[in-house]
Amino acid sequence: MSDFWKRFSRNRGAVIGIVILAVVVLVAILAPMLFPQSPWRMVQRPFLPPLSMNQYPLGTDALGRDVLAGLAYGAQVSLLVGIVSTVAALLVGIPIGALAGYFGGAADDVLMRFTEFFQTVPSFALAIVLVAIFEPNIQSIIAAIAIVSWPPVARLVRGEVLSLRSREYIEAAILSGQTSAAIIWRQVLPNTLSPIIVLASLMVATAILLESSLSFLGLGDPNMMSWGYMIGAARTVIRQAWWLSFFPGVAILLTVLALNLIGEGLNDALNPRLARRGK
Amino acid sequence: MKAMLKRLSLLAAALFISTALHAEPVTGGRANVVIQPEPPSLMVGLVQNGPTQMVAGNIYEGLLRYDTDLKPMPQLATSWEVSEDGLTYTFHLHENVKWHDGEPFTAADVVFSADVFLRETHPRLRASLEHVEEISAPDDHTVVFKLKQPFGPFIGIFEVGTMPMIPKHIYEGTDFANNPANNTPIGTGPFKFAEWEKGSHILLTKNEDYYEEGKPYLDEIYWHVIPDAASRAVAYETGVVDVLPGGSIENFDVQRIAGMENTCITDKGWEYFGPHSWMWLNNREGPTSDVRFRKAVMYAMDREFARDALWNGLGKIANSPVSSSTRFHTDDVTEYAYDPDKARALLEEMGYDGAPVRLLPLPYGETWQRWAEAVKQNLDEVGIEVEIVATDVAGWNQKLAEWDYDIAFTYLYQYGDPALGVARTYVSTNIAKGSQWNNVEGYVNEDVDALFDQAAVAVTPEERQELYTKVQQVLTDEVPVAWLLELGFPTIYRCNVKDLVTTAIGVNDGFKDAYIEK
Repeated sequence: MSDFWKRFSRNRGAVIGIVILAVVVLVAILAPMLFPQSPWRMVQRPFLPPLSMNQYPLGTDALGRDVLAGLAYGAQVSLLVGIVSTVAALLVGIPIGALAGYFGGAADDVLMRFTEFFQTVPSFALAIVLVAIFEPNIQSIIAAIAIVSWPPVARLVRGEVLSLRSREYIEAAILSGQTSAAIIWRQVLPNTLSPIIVLASLMVATAILLESSLSFLGLGDPNMMSWGYMIGAARTVIRQAWWLSFFPGVAILLTVLALNLIGEGLNDALNPRLARRGK
Repeated sequence: MKAMLKRLSLLAAALFISTALHAEPVTGGRANVVIQPEPPSLMVGLVQNGPTQMVAGNIYEGLLRYDTDLKPMPQLATSWEVSEDGLTYTFHLHENVKWHDGEPFTAADVVFSADVFLRETHPRLRASLEHVEEISAPDDHTVVFKLKQPFGPFIGIFEVGTMPMIPKHIYEGTDFANNPANNTPIGTGPFKFAEWEKGSHILLTKNEDYYEEGKPYLDEIYWHVIPDAASRAVAYETGVVDVLPGGSIENFDVQRIAGMENTCITDKGWEYFGPHSWMWLNNREGPTSDVRFRKAVMYAMDREFARDALWNGLGKIANSPVSSSTRFHTDDVTEYAYDPDKARALLEEMGYDGAPVRLLPLPYGETWQRWAEAVKQNLDEVGIEVEIVATDVAGWNQKLAEWDYDIAFTYLYQYGDPALGVARTYVSTNIAKGSQWNNVEGYVNEDVDALFDQAAVAVTPEERQELYTKVQQVLTDEVPVAWLLELGFPTIYRCNVKDLVTTAIGVNDGFKDAYIEK
């Protein structure tokens, strides 16, 4: 573990990423304590500019709602959507990839054609259609993001499993009479974990961006204050009130950047030989 | 708060400027106007949506116009008499009126328009014509409408969007909807149709043979089709257009645009329509079926805030089901000022268990979405659990028509008279699935039904006022729907465009009198 951390921390960017993400997570967890009032509450006059009142350092929006409180609760929504939809995508993608890679042949063909079917549709367009069909709410958004993001997981896992499949210790396990399920579960999957973890960290970032884009287009959950919603609502008044779109924009940028940096750091730490190459 | 008040008072001052001094009209010039959205057709006898009426109201004419107090003024009819029993309406027509193709306009055209053409194509007018026994033309310049029973609002249905005059010589005996002449509308109005390039512009030119000496003053009206709201605001800022009719830019842009130099703003010109906004409250089931809950909703809403923050301080708080610009409005009703404590007390009294209610915003853009959020917050604060349901226009129509909602935003026109635009929302005979313009809330009260029925056929205005006052009092006591605002749609224009908004339908028939000062 300390070895892992040493390799991880050698990547300066990754450490910065961890710090930023830690702040975002902390804000999300503490939001109800920092801002006991709902972020939808109209607290001051509309369009209060930033730094004009100590109590509302980032100003207020078109209805006089506290932008800072919105950011804090928005962090909850972004992280919730990012993590849950990624976990859901992994739960679909890993089994499909593993089965296809391990059994090969007809099973592989069927599963991969199925995967390609999802990959050929542009993922954002598919997400919009899915959310529009099921009324926009947090569940349908998470489901839509999971549905458009599992195919890369399946392909990655399949590739890894294919290369592991012909290793001697797997053949030994087969000879020793273990069931296929046991082999996949105990021998194959644990060895594919590192690329999956790296991919997952990037998927969280993509999911946050997807949720923001959907909310920006007005397809967010209307009962949840999310960063994308804040920008979408501020778009029409961008000339009068720049801060309404600027701060949530920065929040999205920093969070997604942090996740990407962490992903890179994880890659370095988990695949040391890969990372060394070229340096 | 102070700064906002200051801005609002500036806006209010700008409203008054528009009614300042009158000078001698100037002839010539072109008015550049935004039309949003692009109308599907300019044949106002067939299509009556907003943009069609706005353009076609300057091509076609009705027998009468109405001033901003809804008093009838001469148009194609120079004078008119109503018999004492309220059953016979006699109109004397302007002589020497010609259609745009040179044919003379006569009483036969009026009979054809009302009795044949519009009866077939105009549902709203058809309902009013149910009361008519016979329409006849004793001579070329006289038309007589004989009614089956007195019908109070009758004198109010001769406006161009309600009863436009259609040329008999072009349409008689043809398939109205598919007549090729629909693409080149022929009216009697001050402007003629010149060209329409779809997606770009509609051009109307001056009717040189117009029967009113000297009018119109303008040479051309050029209607610009600009699909994006922000681009429409920019078109005004850069001087491409000079007139932004109500609703053509987002409310959030109004203050910025209205603050520009040489820019006037008015919320007049909508009196005939009286756009009245409210929230449907489902009277059939759930907490909204309890009158105490409905009253609590009224007390919980900060409507003044909504008007100032979302509608630029334009419009009025609706204190009655009848708009203050509609005839027979009364202020002698139960008022619901913003009072969260009263709302909480009412909820406690009824024993509201915190069951969540669904709120359907009107899917007509930013302002309505923000408004729903503000109301949700108002209701949250008195302890009503609200869940906003996101939906598009089709979904909203369907949910209302199927009564699948708890609270839903809407606004409807009143057409100057409670019998035309108010009764339909509250009488129990108008409850039917499949429409979002009838008694969607499911309110049933026999007294209200009777009052509306009597008031529609009462002969004198005094009798009608008495009955409508009573019905407004009953309704404000029972709160079948939660009234929001009498919407103020601002018309924004360069101050040197004069006399544009002088009637109850504003820009729709305003270019007849408008002129541009150099």
